[in-house]
Formats: sequence, structure tokens, C-alpha cells
Amino acid sequence: MTTLRIKNAVKRYPNGAHAVKGVSVDVEDGELVVFVGPSGCGKSTLLRMVAGLEEVTEGEIELAGRVVNDLEPADRNIAMVFQNYALYPHMSVRGNLAYGLKNRGTSKEEIDRKVQEAGKLLQIDEFLDRKPSQLSGGQRQRVAMGRAIVRDPAIFLFDEPLSNLDAKLRNQMRLEIKKLQRRLATAAIYVTHDQVEAMTLADKIVVLNGGEIEQVGTPGEVYSNPATTFVASFIGAPPMNLIPARMEGGAIDFGDQRIPHTANFNGPVTFGLRPERAQLGNGGALKMDVSVVEELGAQRLIHGRIGGHEMTLAQPAEQEPPKGSVAVGFRPEDVHLFDVTSGVRI
Amino acid sequence: MTTQEIDLSTAADRTATAEKPRRSTFGRVRYYDHAVLLFGVFLMMAPLFVAFMTSTYQPEVIHRHGMQVGWGGNFQETYWTVLTKKGGFSEEVTGLLMTQNSLILGLGFAIGKIVVSMLAAYAIVYFRFPLATFCFWVIFSTLLLPLEVRILPSYEVVQSLGMLNTYTGLILPLIASATGTFFFRQFFKSVPDELVEAARIDGAGPVQFFWDILVPLSRTMMAAIFIIMFVVGWNQYLWPTLMTTEETLYTLVRGIRQVMQTYIGSNIPDYNEALAMAVLAMLPPALVIIIFQRMFIKGLVEQEK
Repeated sequence: MTTLRIKNAVKRYPNGAHAVKGVSVDVEDGELVVFVGPSGCGKSTLLRMVAGLEEVTEGEIELAGRVVNDLEPADRNIAMVFQNYALYPHMSVRGNLAYGLKNRGTSKEEIDRKVQEAGKLLQIDEFLDRKPSQLSGGQRQRVAMGRAIVRDPAIFLFDEPLSNLDAKLRNQMRLEIKKLQRRLATAAIYVTHDQVEAMTLADKIVVLNGGEIEQVGTPGEVYSNPATTFVASFIGAPPMNLIPARMEGGAIDFGDQRIPHTANFNGPVTFGLRPERAQLGNGGALKMDVSVVEELGAQRLIHGRIGGHEMTLAQPAEQEPPKGSVAVGFRPEDVHLFDVTSGVRI
Repeated sequence: MTTQEIDLSTAADRTATAEKPRRSTFGRVRYYDHAVLLFGVFLMMAPLFVAFMTSTYQPEVIHRHGMQVGWGGNFQETYWTVLTKKGGFSEEVTGLLMTQNSLILGLGFAIGKIVVSMLAAYAIVYFRFPLATFCFWVIFSTLLLPLEVRILPSYEVVQSLGMLNTYTGLILPLIASATGTFFFRQFFKSVPDELVEAARIDGAGPVQFFWDILVPLSRTMMAAIFIIMFVVGWNQYLWPTLMTTEETLYTLVRGIRQVMQTYIGSNIPDYNEALAMAVLAMLPPALVIIIFQRMFIKGLVEQEK
């Protein structure tokens, strides 16, 4: 079953800004969908349209089988976790968790039970009587999630919930969010600009750019078959190498060297190769002039030039670091070719 | 009350320790700082002290020897007389009654201003209605028209509403406050939008959001404005003089003058009673400031969000 169906959603602001340009996404039951993209790509706006905090200019938001375009956020059966937690500073943790339930007219015993339950689940039950200001960032984020959980929503909406935490805590909380979402088996949308978060959390990634969808797919699909140069450069770290080349007569021409390739296309192309998919040495087909070597511990990054264009390749730490010039080899299926003007995969 | 006082002292301690590192960088300046502060305290407190001491003397002594710095021993009699003796032209008004009137004016003035300006600021910040900004600047521009400038039309309005010589007439025309509206507007603007959104998702309507979230968050702000407005209301002189002619509505500030005036003639004026009344008139505002001081500073300096 589909929990949420976004049909051709459009958001135009009164000042003419066109934030979301016709986006359609389905969120299945229990699925965690990540909206990822650079800032200003419309991912947060889209999430807020689902939440009911932004009006939908055109299109439909259908949640659990009913169109919710004109419903107040409180009546949509959603729960949202904000980047800055947005906890009520003057209420205790218990008060924060209970406020929404109280407004719904839930009975006192029911509220107590739910608050206790959520407290246990998130390990904040010992802080229930503290104020948010007496909690650490991670604990506040847990309270914010608790406030979402007690509502028993049809869908969780996360708006960059980990951006205010330090790097270590972020990794830990990321894992916790995933575990929690699996355990509750509730559908969720998670908005982030961090591609690592997107890859690790998502059942389905929606890559957005300029208010439009670039690609929808599992993390694996998006990584190994990027639909456009934008997706190719956005997903994966270090990003995919994209250099201009020419495809002619069954070979890719880099200007000073050529390699055979089977793609059925003639003309200028953008050649893409993931740094970690290249093998250095062992008589590879391409020659690269090495300029800088970066040591990362588990691997090292080799920066150099092929056909006058910058390339970055990764090499396992146990291999000898190359000097001067090195041969680069790769499997034909790891080569990505994109149209030069539209950026679409060939 | 007691917890308030304990908190006061700890707050003072905290500021003291917080400022230590800064002080120590200048080392010796500390003694000089204290000298300046003590001089300031002396300058402010000495007249009050002299007024209080003099009020404990007999009027004849004051008439002959002027202001006193010693203890006159007449404290109880004088203050008892001031509080309970029926004075004035109609012999109907006592010091206690005037204190009560002053309190009603001060409290009504302060609370009324807070309520009205909070509601006005809430409307301006959180609701999109036509000409909102224009309305705000119209309210703001009333700062250019202080009471003294519009005293005649104000009198006209109060008179035509038949509210002369009533508490309502004293308080109501004064409770619209541009300053208060401006302060609350700035404060509401600093409340993060996400809080409003979280409340919307939690099903809080406009009234509930105001009452459950905004009012508790504004506590310190309200205390700060309460102090300022209470003192301003308490010290009103011109306005009550014009709006009330009945002596039962006299405030303490007006009473001071009354004491001096009524007894002038062949008698020696009751200097001691006038001074005692002045001292009494200072106590409630001082108390308000002492009680709300911690919140006042919090309201001005940090805003808990």
C-alpha cells in the first residue's frame, strides 16, 4: 500500500519564485524516502507542503488514501522533526511530548502511557521532568523525535534533523533514526543535503535539483546508474570524475589518448568514472600524470590530469603510491557517458 | 518571596564571578570603580536618607533648623498620622486611601498596557492582514505625541464618556502603549518560526499558541515592562490632577502637595508629614523593582528561546 502520494506538486510563491516544479513521488508503507539536493533545490519546501506548513499551488498530496491539500497540519496525521528541534522551552520534556496529545483531547492515562512508552523507547525516560535547556543536543533531538512518535502518525517528516549535531553524534543518531524507523515500521520522509546521510538511511532516494526530480531510486541504483551528471557529481564521495571527451567509431577520445568503448554513439560526451572504481597500474588503458597524493589512511586519493582535465582516483592503502605517470584501468561497465548539453545518461 | 530573594543573591553572585576575569585584566581599576560606585550611591541615597530622617522630627524643629540627619524619635506618630488622618479640604481622604488609589492606578496602568500591547504585537507579528506594517508605524508614531501634547483632547474624550472622577477614566485612556507594542513586536519576531510550526502540528490554534507558548515565553519581557509601566503609572501627576477632582480619588503623589497646601496659613506647614508621605510614595515602586529585578534584567539581556 502507498502511504503518501505526491502528484505533480507545484509551489509558486506570490513573489514569483518557483520552488517546486511539478514533482511526483510515492512513499510506500514503512518506507524511508530521502529527499536530497543542494540548498534551494526545493526539498524542504516539498516536505513542508506535505506537512501542511506551505500551501500547495498545484497538484495533490494524498495521505493514507485521502487528499489533504486543504487540511490543517494537525489534522493530517503527520509528525515533523525540525532541524533546531523546536521544543517548547518553558515546558518539561513530559510537557513537550504531551502537548499535542492534550490538544487532541487524549485522556490523561493514555497520555501518561504514551509518554512513558516513547521515553523508554528513546531512553529519555529519566529526563522527563527536565527542561529542554538542561539537555544536550542529542537528547533534545530524541525529545523532538519522541514528540513525533507519541502522535502515532501515518508518516514521519524529518527536516534535516541532524544538522545541528556534531559529526560523531550525527553518525550515532543517524543509525538510531534508522533503527527506530524500522522498528516502528512507519513511513518517513527525510530531508537532507548530506549525501552520506541520504545513502545510509534511504530505502529510496529522491535527488532534487532546481525544484525538479533528477532521479528516484534505491541508494545502489542512484550510485551505480546516475541518471544525470548532477546526480553523478552529487552522490558519492569523493564525487565522480566528469571530463569532456568525444565518442567516435567505438572509442572514447580524450584528445591525447583513446580507449575503445562499445557505446553506440558518435559525438561529444561527458565521460564519468568513480574514483574508487579505477585500478592503478597493471597496464591500464589510460595514462594519468600524477600531481598530488592525499593520504586518508584506509585509502589514498591520487590527483592528476588526463587529456588536460583534472581527475581524482582512489587507491587502496596497501598499494605503492604512484609517481610521475600511472596507468589507469577500469571495467567497461564502470564507465558512465552523459550527453554534453542535457547532462542525461547515454 | 523567599525563593525570589535567594535567587536574587545567587544571580548577583553569578554576575560577580562572571565579570571577574574581565576585571582582573585591569587589576587596580577595581578600587577606583568602587569609589565611583559608592559616590554614585551617596549622591542618590543621601537626599532620601535626609528626607526620611527629617520626617521623624516635629514640624517646629524642621521649621527652625531645616533638614535633619539625626533620628527625631517621632517616627511612629508622624507615619500613623499620615496614613490614617482624614485630611484634605473635605476631610475624607487618608494616606491609606491615597496609597490604594495609587496602587490601582499603577497596577491598572501597567497590566492594561501589557495586555493591550501584547495583543497588538501578536496581531502585527503573527497575522497577515492588510496594512499591518502601516498600522504598526501608526501606533509607533504616537510616541511623538506624549500625553502633555494631547491632554486637552484626551480630557474631552474622557469627559464626553462620563468617566471623569472614575478609576476607568484614569486608567483606560492611558493603556495604549507604543513602547510596549514595539518591545513585544521585537521579542515575538525573535521567537523561531519552527516553534509556531511545531505548535500548529501539535494542533494549537492561535489563541492556544498565544496562551500556552507565547505568554510563558514572554514572562521576563512582561516583568520588565511591568516595572517600567508601574513606576510611570505610580508617578503620574498631571493626568490624575486633570481627570479627578474628588479627593477620594487622590493619589499619593498628589497628596504630598495637598499636605503642604492645606496647612499653609498662620500654622507651620506639616513638613514632617509631607516628607513622610514622599517616603511612603517611594516604597511601592522600590519594592516592585526589588521583586522583579532579576526578571527585569533577564528580560532586557537574554531571551530564553
